[in-house]
Amino acid sequence: MSTSTKAVRSPRSRGGRAAHPFLRYALRRVLTSLLLVVGVTLVTFVLTNLVPGDPVAAALGQRAAEDPAIVSQFRATYGLDQPLVVQYFTYLGNLLQGDLGVSTTTHNPVVDDLAKALPATLEIALGAIVLSVVIGVVLGTIAAYRRGKASDHVLRVVSLAGLSVPTFWLALVLYYVFYFQLHIAPGSGRLSSDFTTPPTVTGLYTVDALLAGQLDTFLDAASHLFLPVLVLTLYTVGLLTRFVRTAVLEILDQDYVRAARAKGLPTRTVVFSYVLRGASIPILTVVGLAFGSLLSGTVLVEAIFAWPGIGSYAYQAASHLDLPGIMGVGLLIGVMYLLVNLIVDLLYGVLDPRVRLAS
Amino acid sequence: MTDALTISGLRIRTRTHAIVDGIDLALTRGGIHGLAGESGSGKTMTALAVLGLLPGSMTASGSIRLASDSPADGPGIELVGASRQVLGAVRGRRVAMVFQDPSTSLHPQLTVGRQLTDHLRHHLGLSKAAARSKAEALLERVRVPDARAALSRYPHQFSGGQRQRIAIAVALACDPTVLLADEPTTALDVTVQAGVLQLLRELVDDGGLSILLVTHDLGVMSAVADEVTVMRQGLVVESAPREQLFTAPQNAYTRSLLAALPGSSFEESPEELVEELVEGADDVEGGAR
Amino acid sequence: MTDARTTRPDPRDGAPAGPRDGVGAGMLDPVSAAGPRWRRPRLRLGRWSAPLGLLGAAVGILWILVALLAPVIAPHDPLAQDLPILQAPGEGTLMGTDALGRDVFSRVIWGARVTIPLALLLVVMSVLIGAIVGAVAGFFGRAVDEVAMRVTDLVMAFPTVILAMVIAAALGASLLNAVLAALIVSWPAYARLTRGLVLGLRSSNYVVSGQLLGFSPLRSLGRDIAPNIVGPVLVLASLDIGTAILLLSGLSFLGLGAKPPTAEWGSMVSDAIQNFDAWWIGVFPGLAILTVVIAFNFVGDALRDALDPKSQTIRGGGTTL
Repeated sequence: MSTSTKAVRSPRSRGGRAAHPFLRYALRRVLTSLLLVVGVTLVTFVLTNLVPGDPVAAALGQRAAEDPAIVSQFRATYGLDQPLVVQYFTYLGNLLQGDLGVSTTTHNPVVDDLAKALPATLEIALGAIVLSVVIGVVLGTIAAYRRGKASDHVLRVVSLAGLSVPTFWLALVLYYVFYFQLHIAPGSGRLSSDFTTPPTVTGLYTVDALLAGQLDTFLDAASHLFLPVLVLTLYTVGLLTRFVRTAVLEILDQDYVRAARAKGLPTRTVVFSYVLRGASIPILTVVGLAFGSLLSGTVLVEAIFAWPGIGSYAYQAASHLDLPGIMGVGLLIGVMYLLVNLIVDLLYGVLDPRVRLAS
Repeated sequence: MTDALTISGLRIRTRTHAIVDGIDLALTRGGIHGLAGESGSGKTMTALAVLGLLPGSMTASGSIRLASDSPADGPGIELVGASRQVLGAVRGRRVAMVFQDPSTSLHPQLTVGRQLTDHLRHHLGLSKAAARSKAEALLERVRVPDARAALSRYPHQFSGGQRQRIAIAVALACDPTVLLADEPTTALDVTVQAGVLQLLRELVDDGGLSILLVTHDLGVMSAVADEVTVMRQGLVVESAPREQLFTAPQNAYTRSLLAALPGSSFEESPEELVEELVEGADDVEGGAR
Repeated sequence: MTDARTTRPDPRDGAPAGPRDGVGAGMLDPVSAAGPRWRRPRLRLGRWSAPLGLLGAAVGILWILVALLAPVIAPHDPLAQDLPILQAPGEGTLMGTDALGRDVFSRVIWGARVTIPLALLLVVMSVLIGAIVGAVAGFFGRAVDEVAMRVTDLVMAFPTVILAMVIAAALGASLLNAVLAALIVSWPAYARLTRGLVLGLRSSNYVVSGQLLGFSPLRSLGRDIAPNIVGPVLVLASLDIGTAILLLSGLSFLGLGAKPPTAEWGSMVSDAIQNFDAWWIGVFPGLAILTVVIAFNFVGDALRDALDPKSQTIRGGGTTL
């Protein structure tokens, strides 16, 4: 991310034929992100090709790898006898055509597997990010306003504890309690067995069910979402709370907040229009970060709920050392994370007129 | 003439020590009262105490009484220890404040129009359109050029002097009777300071407004204040009409401040005065410490 | 204009922030603990954080003792499959037995010997590598800086757990490879922090005046700059021990760390997936992770409070409205 900070500090418009400042800003961010995407592919390429584990053995299995004829044929078909630079460009070319290799566990093209799994993960990730941002902003603001008082300390301890819980364990415990013991939560998966998948529009079952007007299906899908979303929310909300508290404290110290209070505005207006708006940029930054830890969280959580998303796929691929599968997940999540950070960067322009407009 | 604001026996304390140690001050209706002193003398905290905006670590005691607009409305409002409701109705509506640095006291992410109208609408219940036209008039009154267009611009798009004019317009929006101006020219270029001071003078002369002008700059005082109170270490060392204070200061500390002004006509050199001040430090009026 | 563009706070970055600069002291941002004002730990502990920090330290020490004394404390061989399988807690053993007839209690005790030392090793190594790279990059700048920062950019382009997972998988599943993977994803944070601090301090008046007096760069770095970096780095490191434990046990949970018979907490939780009704298999090792991580986090938080005057919670009585 220092590229972005760097880029920001580099010489700015010196007059002349300067484009619209926000356009220039946005363009620079997009280019930085693209460069990082190339970097991400470089990382996965290096990891697939340079590490001690022989990719031939990994792809063919031990027995076939002992037959020199098969091996050399394999190396030729996959261009493994070419120089590494050539191999990298071949790899990039394949990526651009959507070829991420074939999973050694499912024997399907990794792209197809990921495309199938992505909506499931997006559904819980979006649910969790929305929930944790709302809760984190509320709790963080309360903690900042109650700075040094008992409630601030309690929130601090609770959020610290939240950051200390191993997510995969929390998922296990909640699943056990709510499903096995209390029978409140539905079982694993995205829908109960007596429901059929709603017609696919977005791939998010809850949204699709609503679009199709199937209220029962919506409720069932939502109840299946509950536990995974809860676990992921608990995972990120501690981080958000602590960060929002710091950001809000910083803003409470600003003259414009004192000025807003001196105007006699009601507390509600001061908090929402002045304080939170002022803190919106640091908060947005941490939301981007939280999204990253959320994506990590899905990998550790989904398997427990047998949630058929990227996380379960990664868990399965990891436990079978399915390298194409794992690299596919790494690539996808890396690119998603960059995308989220790009969106965050662009939103700065929306939130801050100093970025958006020339003076 | 009656007083718009009467401060008596005001003390401001942190847990461990006194910031303001019992001061009296009367702000004459329709006048500019300068509150002078070096940094740390407690003058800014005095202004914040009027609005009940002291930092959470400080408490005020004593009395700050805001006179009612006409004698028929009763004896006025006590602001020390006032309830949130009372303060909410006074802040911005009857007592407004202008801060030192307009680049930090205006919200960078809100348009000028929004910052001019939100309390207008809250206090006076104006419609969006009515508030906007009033805001435009306000900007014209403080002489911000192109007032209508200015409403939809952001603070960073204005120069420092214009920003302070905008901040003054924000303060004046609900026609308050008292304006607290905390170092309103300190953050500005010398060339624009005079313009802002002249504006403050005009606003008072137009009637209906009294200003408590907090500053460390006696040059500013001599330019616009009607009366001047000098504070040091939480105590008032001298309070007098401007002419008297600037021509015949009674207190050694005041004399030392005046002597430090460029072009001062005092025969004692600043060094001598400081010496005198140090020797007499124990018998500063009221016996600080 | 300038403000807006430079105030983007990257909580993972070490650039020293001025008081009005974006976000100050947060858990992820021990930067503000820096400031040239920092000289020596002044232990002004908060009313709440001090007892919690002490409690954390006590629990942490207890776990280290458990790790050291595991052979004495554990009633059974953690690998021996000689007990009745899936026995509930209290029916002969304290924490029950797993699907292979191993004593869960003994495995939890022995698990402390795996995760805690590896996590400590990991943090020490990350600090060493990160601080050296960051200091060199920040102090000498130019090409070294450029290369180092592009590498950290690349690492930080991934969420940490994901990158660690990918690397661990590529290296092949083993505990050592998991540590190596974790190391690769952890050092950049220290490099960025150190670099930011060094950059800020290098141009500070007292370092510049030292150089004008003819001090060598090494003396500047060692005597004038290093002492001011120890504090923030220490805070980040102390808060990172918990993260390291979570990361290592997470990798083992995914099957990318400890190999099957090893008594490792993360893989023990993973074992529980096959036996949901035998809750004790997963709950106890998870509790072990939780208590250790919480203990180190409390210590780190108290340390941050003590070293960082800005994050003090004792002063100031909240904001009045």
